[in-house]
Amino acid sequence: MAVAAPSTVMNNVEAVRHTLYEALKNDERTLVLGEDVGARGNVFLITKGFIEEFGPERVIDTPLAEASIVGVAIGMAMEGLRPIAEIQFADFIYPAFNQIVGEAAKTRYRSNGDYTCPLVIRTPYGGGVRGALSHSVSIEALFYHVPGLKIVAPSFPADIKGLLNAAIDDPDPVLFLEHKKTYRLVKGEVPSGHYTIPLGKADVKHPGDALTVVSYGLYVHQAIDAAQRLATEGLSVEVIDLRSIRPMDRGTILASVRKTRKLLIVHEDNKFGGIGAEIAAMVAEEAFFDLDAPIRRLCGPDVPAMGYALPLEEEFMVSTDEMAEAMRELVRF
Amino acid sequence: MAEAITKPTLERHGLADEQLRWMMRNMLLQRTLDNRGFQLNRQGKIPFATGSEGHEGVHAGSALAFVRGQDVLVPYYRDIGLCLGIGMDPLQALLGMFARAADVSGGRQFPNHYTNHRIGLMSISSIIAAHLPHAVGAAYAMKLRKQSGRAVLATFGDGATSEGEWHESVNFAAVHGLPIVFLCENNEWAISTPREAQMAIADVVQKADGYGLPGALVDGSDPIATYAAVKTALDRARAGGGPTLVKAKCYRFLSHTTDDDDRTYRSREEIERHRHLDPVPRFERVLVEFGIATSEDVSAMKREVLSLVNELTDRAEALPYPAPSDLYTNVYEGTHEPWL
Repeated sequence: MAVAAPSTVMNNVEAVRHTLYEALKNDERTLVLGEDVGARGNVFLITKGFIEEFGPERVIDTPLAEASIVGVAIGMAMEGLRPIAEIQFADFIYPAFNQIVGEAAKTRYRSNGDYTCPLVIRTPYGGGVRGALSHSVSIEALFYHVPGLKIVAPSFPADIKGLLNAAIDDPDPVLFLEHKKTYRLVKGEVPSGHYTIPLGKADVKHPGDALTVVSYGLYVHQAIDAAQRLATEGLSVEVIDLRSIRPMDRGTILASVRKTRKLLIVHEDNKFGGIGAEIAAMVAEEAFFDLDAPIRRLCGPDVPAMGYALPLEEEFMVSTDEMAEAMRELVRF
Repeated sequence: MAEAITKPTLERHGLADEQLRWMMRNMLLQRTLDNRGFQLNRQGKIPFATGSEGHEGVHAGSALAFVRGQDVLVPYYRDIGLCLGIGMDPLQALLGMFARAADVSGGRQFPNHYTNHRIGLMSISSIIAAHLPHAVGAAYAMKLRKQSGRAVLATFGDGATSEGEWHESVNFAAVHGLPIVFLCENNEWAISTPREAQMAIADVVQKADGYGLPGALVDGSDPIATYAAVKTALDRARAGGGPTLVKAKCYRFLSHTTDDDDRTYRSREEIERHRHLDPVPRFERVLVEFGIATSEDVSAMKREVLSLVNELTDRAEALPYPAPSDLYTNVYEGTHEPWL
């Protein structure tokens, strides 16, 4: 009789922390660097206690300068280490844009493989936490245009562990996005022991046959809630968690759309030029004649950011009610 | 009492005659390759070239201070002599100019953007100062692994010291006491913008004070003095003494690149006023005056270098371009599609 693998219930913060801890313990090439990751243990306490266990040489409180957090990590990676850089909030990543896009993404390419850049950049993103203009943004669309980068955005603890392990093992630069509202909101079983989930693989989190919903991050959880609500109304909705944004899983999306014949894309980042635009274009190119309804996107509005005031934040965010209503409309189309 | 007439002495900082002649040849090779790039561009054979005429002393001196097989060089795009001096094959310079498949970057990079992991020559982009955090990261890796005896040599122009990444890098290295030397090849011009428009201070080296690391000034037209200054700084770094900012004063005699026309922003008189700094004839005179080489020796060296560059030019030109399909390789490890 098969014995179930031992597992532990963790929230998303604990899953990140657990995975980083194991990486630092098992691979002396790894280190973490960023603002306040040492004595403070990161502003969300992800690296709390690390500096005592692994020392300040591998748990580096950097000067407050994001371009050099990423840039120094690139140099470490080029010299054979496996750095895990942290940008304290995704909103602070803009000063490091050149290092990520101009340098990390092109190191292997411009040297024709003579140098590589096995680097992970972790950062908390996303809103719904009263983070106002500079502690709420989604940044994935700014980076997913860039060949040479990989981007993952898991939102379940077991996925976080498997994908963060895969990102650390990956021989190329990976941007690892953690939705900060899910940090303590989402709990789940996390298998013990080392395992990886391949980058670029989506996961069907709620099976259904009348509509495909593609999402990632916080909204996956809301989409599952909405799908469960619709199930009580007799409407069957499939929810796909992308998990990886670059590369992205065409096979899982197309298989689902060919089955359900309808597609709703939901993401928190702005609609215009967002991830949903690429998914919609791909489905239109590959499965246009399988569709029974126009593709629909439910995304962040075309404004620079969500405001601090609660009504401004709520207006920016897509509610579970709005998702459920969009699903109903599309199923009935 | 009349003073004894003494022959002027040469401060050679422990360098043997052979090493001094090696520096002369490195400087001649650099200048010849520089000129070759501009010639090939004017002949319509290559789309672009960059020169470092005036930087030869900095390159020859600092290359000799670099320990091969041990140190890492993170150069910028005006470092052809330095890259050759640490062991890069001169054919690579021409393969880069002609963008041939046999170039280490496979014909991807602009000329003068070299890479050679094997000899510790780090790949760079053209984005000013963006390479300096990488140099700091490499130095951090050396310190973390307790590889005493290794150090990083990172170079840049005076214009680069305006960039945020320059300041972030120098600060990071100073805070962590890293084994790195920041070598500023201060040639007074950032394309058309003079140094006075880059900074309100009189001298780049003053910036070291703001970050708590030692600064050193050296006449970059003098390869022996540059060797001594860079070697002192690298030795300090290798021994765990932390980073140093070295400013080597030199002058850019050519336009920024073949696409630039410096007549639009500086006078011919200004260039001539700096001609006495030209390191190549200056070092030639030193060698001859102190009996380290005869004029004939130097002439023979010039002929040998020109003949080599001619031969390498023909070899590189005859080699093929990369195949169009090479565009798609080395984006990531293995093959890739953005959609899986």
